[in-house]
Amino acid sequence: MTHTFKGGVHPNYRKRPDIPITVITPPPQVVIPMIQHIGAPCKPLVQKGDLVKMGQKIGENPAPVSAPIHASVSGKVLAVEPRPHPLGDMIMSVVIENDGLDTPAYMEPLTEEQLKDPDAILERIREAGVVGMGGAMFPTAFKIRGGVGKVDKLVINGAECEPYLNGDHLTMLNFPEQLLKGIELVRIASGVEKAYYGIEVNKQDAIDLLNSLHPENYGIEIVPEKVKYPQGGEKMQVKAVTGREVKPGGLPSGVGANVVSTRTCYAIYQACYEGKPVIERIVTVAGSALKDTVNGLTRVGTPFEYLAEQCGGFVKTPRKIVLGGPMMGICATSFAAPTIKGTSGVLFFTEEEDKHVDEPTCIRCGKCITVCPMKLEPVFMYMHYAKGDYEMLEKYHVMDCFECGSCSFNCPARMPLTHAFKTAKLMFQAKAAKEKAKAEAAKEAKK
Amino acid sequence: MNEKKERIILDVAYQPQVRTNIDTRRLMLSVILALLPSVGVAVWQFGLHTLVVIAASVLSAVFFEWAMRKLRKQSNTIGDLSAVVTGLLLALTLSPSIPWWVPVIGSFFAIVVVKQLYGGIGKNFLNPALAGRAFLLASYAVLMARFPAPAHLAGVEGVDAFTAATPLNLLKNGGEMIFPLKSMFLGLIPGAMGEISALALLLGGLYLILRKVISWRIPVSFIGTVALLTLIFGGGGVSRVDFMLYNVLGGGLLLGAFFMATDYATSPVTLKGQLLYGAGCGAITVLIRYFGSNAEGVSYAILLMNLCAWAIDKGFHRHQFGVSKEDIQAEKDAKKKAKQAAKEAAK
Repeated sequence: MTHTFKGGVHPNYRKRPDIPITVITPPPQVVIPMIQHIGAPCKPLVQKGDLVKMGQKIGENPAPVSAPIHASVSGKVLAVEPRPHPLGDMIMSVVIENDGLDTPAYMEPLTEEQLKDPDAILERIREAGVVGMGGAMFPTAFKIRGGVGKVDKLVINGAECEPYLNGDHLTMLNFPEQLLKGIELVRIASGVEKAYYGIEVNKQDAIDLLNSLHPENYGIEIVPEKVKYPQGGEKMQVKAVTGREVKPGGLPSGVGANVVSTRTCYAIYQACYEGKPVIERIVTVAGSALKDTVNGLTRVGTPFEYLAEQCGGFVKTPRKIVLGGPMMGICATSFAAPTIKGTSGVLFFTEEEDKHVDEPTCIRCGKCITVCPMKLEPVFMYMHYAKGDYEMLEKYHVMDCFECGSCSFNCPARMPLTHAFKTAKLMFQAKAAKEKAKAEAAKEAKK
Repeated sequence: MNEKKERIILDVAYQPQVRTNIDTRRLMLSVILALLPSVGVAVWQFGLHTLVVIAASVLSAVFFEWAMRKLRKQSNTIGDLSAVVTGLLLALTLSPSIPWWVPVIGSFFAIVVVKQLYGGIGKNFLNPALAGRAFLLASYAVLMARFPAPAHLAGVEGVDAFTAATPLNLLKNGGEMIFPLKSMFLGLIPGAMGEISALALLLGGLYLILRKVISWRIPVSFIGTVALLTLIFGGGGVSRVDFMLYNVLGGGLLLGAFFMATDYATSPVTLKGQLLYGAGCGAITVLIRYFGSNAEGVSYAILLMNLCAWAIDKGFHRHQFGVSKEDIQAEKDAKKKAKQAAKEAAK
C-alpha cells in the first residue's frame, strides 16, 4: 500500500541515481553570501585579509530565526562586498581565495550524553548552520524547537518528487546508517517516540536498504509513497503519512506534525557526530546544455560558471539556469552567482526544455482543477487575475497556493497560471506589510 | 571563455520551468483519432459520398476560422486543430445523403458566428458543431430529416432505400421495431453519419477517457440518466429493458455524450458541476424524446445545458485543502446564528 494525496501530476522525471557521486574540486575562489536562510541576514565576522579555516564561522546573527554561515574552504578572505546572489539581487558576501589545503576547524563531536539531550542537539543544529536543505532554507533548530510539545508525528521527507534531482536518493543509498542516526537525533530533539520516513517508491532500492538496517531500532518507520509530484510538498507529505490536512494558512505543527527533509537529517548527523557544519551538499547538475547529468558533492559558494566547467562544459548555449528542480526551481540571473545551502540542483536549460507559446489561450478544459493538490480552481483564479479583480482572487483562496506549478505544468494551452498566482501573492504580501508598517507608525505617533 | 558567457542573456521565468507535452493541438488530434472508427463505419455503410460531405465540412470550417481571424487581424489559430474537430463533428451529425454545400453553411454559422464572434477557442458559450447543426435543422428541415438506408439494408422488405425511418422514429411513431439490437450496436441502421455505430463511438469515447482527454463524469452521468429514466418509464410498445437499450444505442446519445457534451469551453469545469451537467443533458434528452415533436433530443439538450454551464460552475466551488467537513458545518452554523441574531435585533 502506497500513501499519497489527491491531485498532482506526473512529469518526465529524468532522474539519474545510477550516476555515482562525483566530488567537485573546490573552486579557486568561493563566494559565500550572508543570506542562506529565511530570516535575519548574517553579519560578516571576518574582514578582508583574514585567514580562515574550512568550517570556521564567518557570518552570524543572534536573532532566533537565523543560521550562522561557515567557510567552505580554507584560505584568505579576498573581499567582503555585495556579490550576485543566486536568488537575484546583490547580497553582502564573503569571498575566500582557496589555498587548496582544506585545513579544517570543525566543532567537537557531541558526547554520548549530549547525543541524548534535546537541548544540546538543538544548540548544535543551530551552531552548524543547518537549514531546510530541501530548498525552503528555514532554520531547522527554530523549526524543531517551535514544534516541541505540539508535534506528535515527525515526518521525514524522502519523496524527492522534483524531476532531475538525485541528492536525497544518493544520500539514502550511500549513507543509510548515518541518515538513520540523523533522523534519530531529530526525533530526540523533537521529543517524539517515532519518526515516519516517507519515501516515493521509485526509490525502492533505498527503501529496501533502509529497512534492512532495522529502522525500528532508531524509532523510525519507513512509509512507501506513490510516485507523484508534489508528493514532497510539506502539506502533501503530512497528508500522505498521517492522513491529517494542514489548515489553510496554517503550519504542519498546527496539526501536530513537523516535516524535515532527508538532506537536513544527514546534515544534522554530520553536525552532531562529526562536528561538521553545513559547507557542502550533493548538487545535481543537469539540463540539455550539458552533455550528461552530474551528481556533484559541491562546496557552498561554488559559482555556477565554474560548476558547469567542472561538469564537462556546455555542449549547447544555455538559456536558463534553474536552481532546484524544474517544477518549483527559480531562475538565476548570473553565471557568477554561487551555490548555497538550499541548492539541490543546478539545471542548465536550452530551448529544448522551453514550451513557450506567444499567445496562450485558455480552452477551459479544467485540467488545472483536477491536478491542484490544494484543491483550488486555477481556471477561475486566472480569469479574475486577468481582469485585475484581486478581491475575487482572494475569495478563491489564492493565498493557499504554494506555487507547486502543477496547474501550469498540466495546462495544454500553456497559460502562465502559477506565474499569475505568485505575482498576486507577492502583491498581497507587500500590501499586508505596508498596512502593518502603517499601523505601527500610527501606534508610535500615539505614544 | 569569459567573454563568450558575458554575451549570453539568461531567461528568467517563474516556475514551473518544464511543461507537459500534451498541448491543445495534441488534445484535438486525439479527438480526431477517436472519431475515425465512426467515420469508417459511415463510409462502409453509406459509401464515398460521406467522405465528400466530411471533407467539405472540415475544409470550410478551417477556411472560415482562418479567414475570420485574418479579417479581424488576429493571430492564425488553425494550427490548434479545433476547427477541424468542429467541422468533423458537424458532418457526423448530418444525414449521409446531405448535399455537400449544406455543411459549408453550417460551418460558417458554427465558426464565424458561434465561435469567432465570441472570441475564438475557449470563449464560445455554445458548442459550435451543435449550434451549426441546429441552424441547419431550422433552415433545411426536409434535407436534414431524410435518412437513407445503409448498404446493409438495401433490398430488405419494408425498407425504402431513400427515406428509411431511424429506430427512434419508429419508437416515437409507434412503428414496428425492425432493427435488432445487434445491428444498432454495430451500426447497421439508418441515421446520421456518425451516430449509427455504438461500437465505434464507445471505442472512441473509451480512448478519450483513458488518454484523459475527457473525464468520465459527463458521459457517464449523461448516458446513465437517460438509461435510468427510460428504464423507469418505459414505452414504445416494447419491454422496458429493450426500450432503454434502444434509447441508449439509437439516435445521437453516444456521439453527444462522448464528443459533444464534453466540449471544454461549453461544459462545467468543477467536478460536481460536471455530474450535474451530464444528468441535466440526460434528463432534457429524455423529456424531448417523450414529449417533444422531434424523435431526437440530444443536440437541443446539450445546447440548453451549454447555457447553464457557467451558472452550474458558480454553484459547485469545492473547498480547498485543509477544510474538513466539520469546518464547513461550523461555518454554516455560524452563518445561521448570525442571521438569527440579525433577525432578533431587527425585532
